[in-house]
Amino acid sequence: MTLAEHHPTIPAEVSRTLGARLHGWAVTVDHKRLGIMYVCFGLIFFVIAGIEGAMMRAQLAQAAGKVVDPATFNQLFTMHGTTMVFLVGMPMLLGMANYLIPLMIGARDMAFPRLNAFGLWLFVFGAILLYYSYIGAQGLYGTSAAPDVGWFAYAPLTNRTFSPGNSTDYWILGIMVSGFGSITTAINLLATILVMRCPGMTLMRLPLMAWMMLVVSVLVIIAIPVLTGAQIMLLLDRSLGMHFFDTQNGGSSVLWQHLFWFFGHPEVYILVLPAFGFFSEVIPVFSRKVIFGYPLMVAATVAIGFISLGVWAHHMFAIGMSPALNAFFAASTLLISIPTGIKIFNWMGTMIGGQIIFATPMLFASAFLGIFTFGGLTGIMLAVVPFTWQLSDSYFVVGHFHYVLFGGTIFGIFSGLFYWFPKATGRMLSERLGKWFFWLLFIGFNLTFFPMHVSGILGMPRRVYMYQPDRGLELWNMLSSIGVIIQAMGISLFVLNVLISLRKGKVAGNDPWNAWTLEWATTSPPPEWNFDQVPTVGSARPLWDIKNPTDPDSNHEGIS
Amino acid sequence: MSTLTKPAPACDVWRPSRGKIGMICLITAESCIFLTFVVAYLFYIGKSATGPQPAQVLELGLVILNSIALISSSFTAVAAVRLLEGGNQGKCWLWLAITIALGAFFVGGTIYEWSGLMRDHALYPTTNLFGTTFYSLVGLHLFHVIVGLILLSTVLAMGLLGWVKPRHAPAFDLLSWYWHFVDAVWIVVFVTVYVIGR
Ligand code: HEM
Ligand SMILES: [Cu+2]
Repeated sequence: MTLAEHHPTIPAEVSRTLGARLHGWAVTVDHKRLGIMYVCFGLIFFVIAGIEGAMMRAQLAQAAGKVVDPATFNQLFTMHGTTMVFLVGMPMLLGMANYLIPLMIGARDMAFPRLNAFGLWLFVFGAILLYYSYIGAQGLYGTSAAPDVGWFAYAPLTNRTFSPGNSTDYWILGIMVSGFGSITTAINLLATILVMRCPGMTLMRLPLMAWMMLVVSVLVIIAIPVLTGAQIMLLLDRSLGMHFFDTQNGGSSVLWQHLFWFFGHPEVYILVLPAFGFFSEVIPVFSRKVIFGYPLMVAATVAIGFISLGVWAHHMFAIGMSPALNAFFAASTLLISIPTGIKIFNWMGTMIGGQIIFATPMLFASAFLGIFTFGGLTGIMLAVVPFTWQLSDSYFVVGHFHYVLFGGTIFGIFSGLFYWFPKATGRMLSERLGKWFFWLLFIGFNLTFFPMHVSGILGMPRRVYMYQPDRGLELWNMLSSIGVIIQAMGISLFVLNVLISLRKGKVAGNDPWNAWTLEWATTSPPPEWNFDQVPTVGSARPLWDIKNPTDPDSNHEGIS
Repeated sequence: MSTLTKPAPACDVWRPSRGKIGMICLITAESCIFLTFVVAYLFYIGKSATGPQPAQVLELGLVILNSIALISSSFTAVAAVRLLEGGNQGKCWLWLAITIALGAFFVGGTIYEWSGLMRDHALYPTTNLFGTTFYSLVGLHLFHVIVGLILLSTVLAMGLLGWVKPRHAPAFDLLSWYWHFVDAVWIVVFVTVYVIGR
């Protein structure tokens, strides 16, 4: 039934020295090893950015807090946001796609393996550049050490006058270099999905995750270069004295906002669509049902991709655009909730009537449905222009985007990690620790971010390092900060779980979840060449066809 | 033997060439960078508070000559690819050399134009918004021309060493796609800077 016989570890591999093994990782072009490295780097940065978030919450736990000084606070929220978006979300999602896509479509590797390795190391180099700012950014000026201009780096804050030293330059270069890495990876994924499919794997038989990565890759290729272009302009301003965003000489800070958010909004879909992909694999398997409305899911994904390119200025309602522009961007933003809603209903339709198994991946998926819907609803509220005028740049917005980014992207990543960890390592993660982890994270998450909606409505602005007592904000901020402790306990359990399971975890076997897509047809972990024989598929669920030879899916194609 | 390993049907799924997909994606990404600069250029037309203004200093004569050189280099590149496909290496190198010469003429022409602007009109990137957007947009394009010239020259050198065979024609063809892209961008830049912006 499998496509790979048991592959004993090659003895030479074990006896090699640590140096030789590290060298092996450094020069590898194997998509699986690159994927694992992406995920490891992403997890490390998740902890770093989490600590930065926790430090902010420690400062804000009480009114007039004294944990960090205002300048440090500015660096904390900038580095936290930048890290979470570019050094956690991007590498984890692209890395998991890197690992999984070739396996899912029955390919030996990515289309351009060496380009793939190049992309990973570009990302690592960019990450080092960003964090090197803590050491090297003072330049000759003895001023701020790390970037402190916010993750969207609005002009004229980034002007030399207001940001002396080199911290903003490190922000530009770090993000630009890791962005080049993302572009190469997206090109690679596109070519892989279009070209490397195994025989019989037509486009409408692709696992939904592959479809979502296809759309994500297109968005990366369109959106990231615009950020790169804008960053080149900013770099020219700062180093050669040009005037793109220099308001003293006619430059426009609004142009930066347009360019940044033309990248920024598709970016949030780049961050959430892969997670949608993970859920689209997890939910059917743990509901023991075929995904509901596959073609509709594909169509909705493509629609989201298109519409997400035309909504960016909903981040700019507060700057005084013309009523026509405001109306246009409010309408297009409301429009995008339609395909997104379709997806939510399709996932629920998959679950309804299924024999749901609440293993850890499915717990995360179910929690996601609720949390993401909530975050989507506050998003729709924020698309209403007068509402945004009231609450823009308040903690309500911080609450909103953590519900979608944390509840979508991060929950998706953990769901996927629990689901595919057995494939990548050959061992199961402990379910008991996994469930503890889930509940701690779920409770801690809601405790941290739900009260932010309230403090925001009560008038708490975002990006402030302190607030006055007696404004009714203490309780909500204290709750938010307590939630972080619970989240931290959860994350520690996860790290513990990984460390223990790597050594003592239950041996997984090829197909521990009784799943249907091709990655489960090979050994866990897969051999370097993935499949001993090139597989041939006859439906979207090739493993179902093998397990149920009397009623293969191929008999039902076109009816779904 | 299971269903997963039965031999592939002869006529199978749609499967484009990966080199072409990769090049199309690269060109799309590059186009988006260029569009960013074009948008900035259009946005800032007529917004320079102080002179010099485009209409006072930009001259069409040299630029049109330059454009003709660059555009025709696309046609000579096509000729070179066709010749390599047909196994006629000797002539291919000739047309490739002409392509490179035309590209080099464009680079020289632009440098001449720029030095004139700086010497006679004191227009520098820092002078005003026009200088900022002009030098960066045209410069970004110039940078791509130079990269293209380096790649084409590498092929020429390898060809003269006898390393390039007709079976390499598809790769050479992809390189020519990049060159056509650089040409197409020039048309957009030309229209933006010398037609709309002047
Ligand atoms: C680990 C738990 C997390 C905590 C405790 C946390 C905490 C915070 C806080 C307190 C702020 C507001 C700073 C301010 O306005 O003063 C913030 C901002 C932000 N967070 Fe988080 N966060 C967490 C996870 C995440 C995740 C998972 C993401 C995205 C994937 C994320 C993305 C952002 C972004 C983009 C900002 C805006 C930064 C800026 O204003 O420039 N955060 N976070
Ligand atoms: Cu948005």
